[in-house]
This record gives sequence, structure tokens and C-alpha cells, in this order.
Amino acid sequence: MNENKYHHVRPEVIPLLASGELFTKAEQQATRYSYAEAIIELGERNPDVVVLNADVSKSVHTNKFAEKFPEREFNFGVAEQNMMAAAAGMATTGLIPYATTYAVFASMRALDQVRNSIHYPRLNVKIAASHGGITPGPDGPTHQGQEDLSLIRAIAHSTIVAGADSPTVKLATWAAAEYEGPVYLSFTRDPVPILFDLDYPFEIGKAVTIRDGTDATIIAIRDMVSQSLVAAAQLAEKGLDVRVIDCHTLKPIDVEAIVQAAKETGAIVTAESNIKFGGLGGAVAEVLVENYPVPMKRIAMRDSFAESGQYLEIVKKYGMSADHIADAVREVIARKG
Amino acid sequence: MATQVPMSVEELKQMAVTIRCDIIEMIAKAQAGHPGGSLSAADVVTALYFRIMRLDPENPDWPDRDRFILSKGHACPVWYAALAERGYFDKSHLGTLRRLNSILQGHPDMRKTPGIDMTAGSLGQGMSAGLGMALSGKLRKKDYHVWVIIGDGEMQEGAIWESAMAAAKWKLDNLTYILDRNHLQNDYCVDTEMPIEPVADKWRAFNWNVMEIDGHDMEQIVEALETAKTIKGRPTIIIAETVKGKGVSYMENVAEWHGKAPCQEEAEQALVEIRECAP
Repeated sequence: MNENKYHHVRPEVIPLLASGELFTKAEQQATRYSYAEAIIELGERNPDVVVLNADVSKSVHTNKFAEKFPEREFNFGVAEQNMMAAAAGMATTGLIPYATTYAVFASMRALDQVRNSIHYPRLNVKIAASHGGITPGPDGPTHQGQEDLSLIRAIAHSTIVAGADSPTVKLATWAAAEYEGPVYLSFTRDPVPILFDLDYPFEIGKAVTIRDGTDATIIAIRDMVSQSLVAAAQLAEKGLDVRVIDCHTLKPIDVEAIVQAAKETGAIVTAESNIKFGGLGGAVAEVLVENYPVPMKRIAMRDSFAESGQYLEIVKKYGMSADHIADAVREVIARKG
Repeated sequence: MATQVPMSVEELKQMAVTIRCDIIEMIAKAQAGHPGGSLSAADVVTALYFRIMRLDPENPDWPDRDRFILSKGHACPVWYAALAERGYFDKSHLGTLRRLNSILQGHPDMRKTPGIDMTAGSLGQGMSAGLGMALSGKLRKKDYHVWVIIGDGEMQEGAIWESAMAAAKWKLDNLTYILDRNHLQNDYCVDTEMPIEPVADKWRAFNWNVMEIDGHDMEQIVEALETAKTIKGRPTIIIAETVKGKGVSYMENVAEWHGKAPCQEEAEQALVEIRECAP
């Protein structure tokens, strides 16, 4: 009965949602590896694509691009600032650099370069940031990029794309090359379930409804899309019919899809593993307040740094699991009055 | 009237006077800007734009052009003056420096000004952008040269040294930095605020080809820039010993003129002094 409510979700995944087995039985992959695969395919068909690394190419697997295209890979060592501004210089000559590092370094160590040398002149640099949100669980807070979505979103001309799984990250990587101007791509360090296939209707700026529903809407990004699908499936067992939107593009945010969800379902929960301030929750709240206010709650990293631990343990301890999302949905539905 | 290039050393000296006058006039009119570091870099910039660089002002985005970046972007009045005198845009724009709707921003904006190859302003970034352009030139087997002027205060930025390592690693002989060694930064003297000596040894230690010149001696400037293009297998830095505020007696070696505009009376005196230096 529920199966026809889902869109683009792999059929074999659907039974695992309500049963809670998604994170144990579904095929999983860290999306950083999917980016590394995608960039090789892209390199084959587009000679302008170059990959810049900063000593984490063996972690992200962009060393495989280096093996295939040694002339088009540049390892800057542990020097992210130089890498970002050099990427800007390369872009002025028509190359399409994918500057690859971890989210904390892309969005903080090199933020001045990312702002002034890449975004201000709107240069065609793709910033490929692994270890987004709290996904590098065991590494702890220094390597958990829990602010990058907020920081990059505050920069003019920024475009931010964070695919939920490996196939959508591949599609995002390819779409970025066709998109003129800076694009910030976010990946997970830790494995996340493969939810979709490559026929997913991916378009930068267009959120995708992946589950129909009328009682409330969960708008999710990156690793929290899978948690949101599980939450919706569990709520369905209790008789609540919840829409789920994969908001893979944080900026430009899909205003139309958000307002439509507010009008049709009357309550919104956002889900991200980014800090609670200025990320997806902030972006959706801005849209709602100015267009169609409805009860809303944000699931996100609270005002805290996390800690080392298994990724899913951190998700649970810091209040971002499917159970927490489901509780938030019940709360906003109750507030609908 | 089209300027005849390449210029002789004597013609370059005359053009440097014109450019210094433009700098004073535009900053005085704007009542804001950075005269000291513009004047110290004026001779090098003149030599680059009127003799050394392969350019086409009619086609500012020509893919095979030499690239120029003023990494110490606050000194952009010297860049704007050179571009205007070289014919990239009408000289009347110089009077709009830093004003609303102007093509001449307070710091260089490649999207607003014809001939500006890279946006700059936040120190310690332009040289990395130049490195990227040089890498691109090598990858695509283009023979353009990339010229970057950095400041001596700017050498305190850590990213400068990131770029120094990288340019040597990739043997970027199509990349030349020119250090405008004018000894002053915004607050105080470079050598007391945060000493950078031994400058030449530092760059040698990073495996750069190092040349040291008088940055106001046009013959030395031209010779060094022409030599830099012939060096193979490693990047070159030309350490140009300069005087901040060069050509204006009351500005010379005075840190306060880093970012202060002369009043009308001061500007008139400056113009008289600069013209007296004409060859």
C-alpha cells in the first residue's frame, strides 16, 4: 500500500525503512567514493576538468583520478588556502577545477580564498568537500564539518549541493561541471545507504519529493535523507502520512517546493547533520516566514560540538536519528491545531 | 592615440611620470585610496605594461596574453592608471575611482574592469591565483607568462609560503613574482612590526631564482623582467627595492601615506614634484 507513495527510492530499500533495517541491510557507500568515481568519468569526457588535492586524495580516492590523468591532477600538500586561490586562477583560463578536501578545511581554513578569490569573481571552481556534517564520526569534532553549509550559504553567488547517497552525489558531480560558476559539493566520510538510482531526476536547485504525504513534510539534506525516510515509514505505521523531500540543493533553495509542502501538509520538519544555525533549517524557516508560515521544527546539530564515536551513535546521541525526526513530526502536527 | 609599444627606457621613464600623476589625481579626487604602495610599484608596472607583457588592449581576454596580478590589491590606482594609459578604457574613468557605479573599485575587481586578470584585495591570494594560471599554461602548453606583484607586508601572510613551495615543486618558470620591497606596511615598518629578513635567502631556500634590483631604476627593471622570462626550470622572484610614496617628498617613507588621500594643496605639490622628476 505504501510502496506507491515513494518516488525514485529503490524498491529493495522500501521494505527496510519501516523495519528499521535500512542501516544494517541496505547497500551502503561513503559518498566521497562516489564523487571519486564520478570525477573519473567526467575527466574522460571533459578535458577541461582538473582535480586539485590537499593531501587527502587517498582518503577521498581522488588518487585514482591522478593515476588515470596524472597531468590533470595537482596535489598541493597540506595547503588548502593556496589550493583554493590557485583553483580560482585556473578557472580564469577556462579549466574546471574540482578542489578537493574536507569540509572543515574547505569552508574554514580557506574560507577567505573561497569568498574573495572564488565567489566574489564568480569563478567556475567546484569545491568538493568530504567529511560533511558529523559523518567522520570517529575522527571527532576537529574533522566534523558541521558548519560548512551555513558558512558557504552566507556567501553571495554560492551554490551548495549535498546529495543524499552515492548515485545522487555522482549526478551532482556531473551537474556541477555543466553549471557555470562556483559550486560547493558536500560528501559523507562515513557510509550511507544507497537509496536511489542514476535515473534520479537530479537538477541543481530542484528539490525532489521522494515520498508523498499530506499530514506533514520532512525536508532533508545529505545523510539525513535516509533518516527521514525511516521516520516517515515508521510514522506511516502509526497512521501518519508524511511527505519527504530530498532538498539536495541548499542554495538556491527550492522556494516553490517548500511553499507547496507548507500549503498542502501544514507542518514542516527539517533534517540535517549541520549545525542548527544557518543551514537547511534556517533556509527553510526564511522561506516559510516570508511566504507561508506553518508549524516547523529543526532537526540539526544542536549548539554543541559532537565527539568521537560511530556515525550512527552520534546521530542518535545528538538528537538527529529517525526517532528524533518522528518525534518532531508528531510535535508539529500537534501544533497545527 | 595609440601608445607605441614596446617603449624605450627613456619613454618608460616618461610614462612612469604620467602614471604617478594619474595616481595622485585619482586618489585626490576620490579622497580615498592607497598612494604609498601605488607610487612604489609604479616603475615596475610601467615597464610591464609598456614593454614587457604580451597584451592586446582591444582584446583583454585574449587567451594567449601574459597575465598580471596585483596581489597587493590596495595599490590598484597604479594598475588602473597603467590600464587607462595603455588604452583598456577611457582615462575619464580614473576620476570615478571608489565611487558608486564606477568600473574602478577600491580593490581590483576582474568582473568590473577591462584588463584586470584577477580580483584581489585580501592579501596572500593573488600570488596563488597566478600560480594557478601558470599551472594552466603548462598543462595547455601555452607560452604566456604570469607576473604577480606582492608586497613586503604581504610576505607575512602564511599562504605566500604555500605558493612558494608549490611554484618550485611544479618548476613554474612561466611565473614571476615581483616583491615591492618598500619597507612599510599599514601600521609600521615591516622590519620592526614583523621582520621578514633575510628575504632573498628565504626565497632561495624555497628553490626560487632570486634577483635583487633597484625598483626605481628603469634600466635594471627592464633587464630583470626580460631575464626572468628566460630562466628555465624554476620560478623567479625579483626583489625590487623601492621607496613607499616614491616621487612625493612628504609621502616618501612615511607609513601614514599607506592609505591616506592628499588634500588638494598636497596633491598639487605632489604633481609638481613628480613632474620635476621627468627625464
